[in-house]
Amino acid sequence: MAGVQQISGRAVALNRRDVDTDQIIPAAWLKLVGRTGFADGLFSAWRTDPNFVLNQPGANEAKILVSGANFGCGSSREHAVWALHDYGFQTVVAPSFADIFRNNCVNSGVVPAQVTDEGSARLFSALAADPQAEAIVDVAARTVAIPSAGVTEQFELSDFAQWQLLEGLDDIALTLRHGTSIEEYEADRPTWLPTVAAG
Amino acid sequence: MTAQRLFDKVWERHVVASPDGEPALLYIDLHLIHEVTSPQAFEGLDLAGREVRRPDLTLATMDHDVPTIGIDKPIEDPMAAEQIARLRDNCAKHNITLHALGSVEQGIVHVIGPQLGLTQPGMTVVCGDSHTSTHGAFGALAFGIGTSEVEHVLATQTLRQTKPAGMAVNVTGDLPRGCTAKDLALGIIRTLGTGGGVGSVIEYRGPAISALSMEGRMTVCNMSIEGGARAGMIAPDDTTFAFLEGRKYSPKGAEWEGALDLWRGLVTDPGAHFDHEITVDAAALRPAVTWGTNPAQSVSIDDQVPDPAAFTTPALQQLAERALTYMDLTPGTAIRDISVDTVFIGSCTNGRLEDLREAAEVVRGRKVYPGVRALVVPGSARVKEAAEAEGLDRYFTDAGFEWRSAGCSMCLGMNGDILAPGERSASTSNRNFEGRQGPGGRTHLVSPAVAAATAVAGHFSAPGDL
Repeated sequence: MAGVQQISGRAVALNRRDVDTDQIIPAAWLKLVGRTGFADGLFSAWRTDPNFVLNQPGANEAKILVSGANFGCGSSREHAVWALHDYGFQTVVAPSFADIFRNNCVNSGVVPAQVTDEGSARLFSALAADPQAEAIVDVAARTVAIPSAGVTEQFELSDFAQWQLLEGLDDIALTLRHGTSIEEYEADRPTWLPTVAAG
Repeated sequence: MTAQRLFDKVWERHVVASPDGEPALLYIDLHLIHEVTSPQAFEGLDLAGREVRRPDLTLATMDHDVPTIGIDKPIEDPMAAEQIARLRDNCAKHNITLHALGSVEQGIVHVIGPQLGLTQPGMTVVCGDSHTSTHGAFGALAFGIGTSEVEHVLATQTLRQTKPAGMAVNVTGDLPRGCTAKDLALGIIRTLGTGGGVGSVIEYRGPAISALSMEGRMTVCNMSIEGGARAGMIAPDDTTFAFLEGRKYSPKGAEWEGALDLWRGLVTDPGAHFDHEITVDAAALRPAVTWGTNPAQSVSIDDQVPDPAAFTTPALQQLAERALTYMDLTPGTAIRDISVDTVFIGSCTNGRLEDLREAAEVVRGRKVYPGVRALVVPGSARVKEAAEAEGLDRYFTDAGFEWRSAGCSMCLGMNGDILAPGERSASTSNRNFEGRQGPGGRTHLVSPAVAAATAVAGHFSAPGDL
C-alpha cells in the first residue's frame, strides 16, 4: 500500500449525517471477490438521482469527500472504502465516523479526517459558495484547507493511524514483530478454551 | 484494587502487548468467517506468503448469499457460486473447519457460534460482520471487523485496537407483557441515537436485562452496532451457564467447574465508573415499529408517523423528512394503518428458535392476509431442525408462510430474497436503511410477534389485535 502525504483536488460536499455503508456500496456489489472494480457501485442508488452530488460537473475528478456525522455506519463491509477509493476519493472529511469504517479506511489507505462540528460547517459553507474550490488534506499536519475561502481546519487522527497512512505500512508485518509475545500469550491460555475440531 | 468494569476485565486478559504510542495488541479467541468478507483477506494472505496462524480458533460458514430454497441444487447465481467456491477452497487450503451449505451445523455465523457453545464468557470474538456484537450476550467482547482486519487475524490471531470507552445502558423496570427483547433493543437505540455509542463498548445492565433469556440477550447485543457501539456486553449469570452447559464446545467435567469459577467473576465491580451512562425504562415500552430509514427512527405501534418538525435539531429534521419521502409515509398516519407487501421472519437478530416459537404461536390456526408474501428463514439448519421437531414449520406453512432453509436471506438481500422497488416489509431484521432489502424496498423493523400478527392482518398489528 502506497503512503499518502497530501491530497489536493476537488472536494464533493455530501451534506448528510448517518451515511451508511449500504448506501456507499449496495449489497449486490459484495459478490466481487477482489479489492477493485467497485467504482460504479459507489452510491449507485443515489446516483440514479440526476441532482445527486456525484452527478454534478467535475465530481468524477474529486479526491475529497466532505460529509456529515457518523459517516460509514452500519455494515462492516470494507468494500465501502474500496468503492470510495476506486472512484477516486482518497479521504473522507466528517465530524465523526463509525468505528469499523474508520479502521477500514486506515487499513486501505483512505484518510478518515475527523473535524469538529463547527469546522465541518465552515467547510460545507465554503463548498456551497464555490463548489469548484480546491481543497487540500495534509496528513502530516492533520489539516484540511480550502485556501480560496481562507478556511483551514485541524482534524483528528491517532498518531498510529497517521504513521500507517503516511508510510503505507504493512500492518501485519508490524504485528509480527511481536511474535514472541503472541507465543508467550498462547502458552498461558487456559486449556479449556474452545478449539474447533477439524472437519 | 481499582473497581473494574466487565469490559476492562475481558480486555486486560487479552492484551498481548501494548507498545508505546501504539494501540494494544489483543488476542482473539474465536474468529468466525463467511463467504462475503473473507476472499480478499485470503488473497492478501496468499500474496504475502502467509499462513493462517490458528485454524483451530477459526470457524467458517456460508450464510450471506446462500440460497434458502433448493439448497441441494447447484447455486444459480454465478457470482454467489464463485464466492462460495472460494470459501470452500480457502478453508480446504488453510485447514479451516467449514460448515457448508447442506451441513446440519450451517447457519448464520452469529447463530451457530452460540449454538455450538463456541461463544463463552470472557472470550474475544471477531468476525467480518458488524453484528458480531451478538456474542456479547455471553459476556464476551465481540465486535465486527473489516476485511483487512480479517486478514490480520488470520495471520496473527491478534488485532491492534485502541481501547474503547465504557458505556452503561441501565434498563430499569420490567418489560410489559407483549414486549420483547426486540422492542427493548429498538427502544434503547431510539434513546441512544444512531451514533450515540460510537467509540464505546456498551454494558447492558438492570433487572429487565437479567430477566431476558439468552436468545433475548443476543437480540439486544446484536443491535448494539445500530446505536454505533463497538460492542455490547451482558454479564454472564446462571441463565448464561444453563444455556452453555452440555453444548458441543462447552468445557466439561472439572474444566466446567473451573470455567464457572472464572466466569462468575466477570461482572462489573461495585463503584466502577462508566464513561457514559444512559437509562431506559423498560416498563414504558410498547411493541416498536420503525418508520424511517435508520433503526433509531421508531415509535410504538400505538403511535402515528411523526412530524419531522417535532425533531430537535435541523439535521434530525432533515433526516426525518428524507426518510418519510423514501418510505412514502405521511406524518400523522397511524402505524396500524400502514399495509405491508412482505413479512420476513429471520436474521441474526431474530432467527433463533425462541423467535420462531413466538411468531408461530401468533400464526397458529390463522392465515396470512391475501396478497402478503410471508417468509420464515431460520437462523441455522439446527434451528430449522428443532423447529420442525416441534411442528412449528406446519403452523407457518398452514398459515401460508414459506418455510425456508437457513441464511441471512432478506436481511440484506444478497441471495435473491429481496423486495421489489416500492414494496414495503415488516421485518425482524436489524437495518431499515434505504434499499437494504432490495433497491427501492421499504423496511419496517419489528419483533417476531408483531411481524407474525402483521402477516395475518395485512397491516401493522400486535398479536392482541387479532
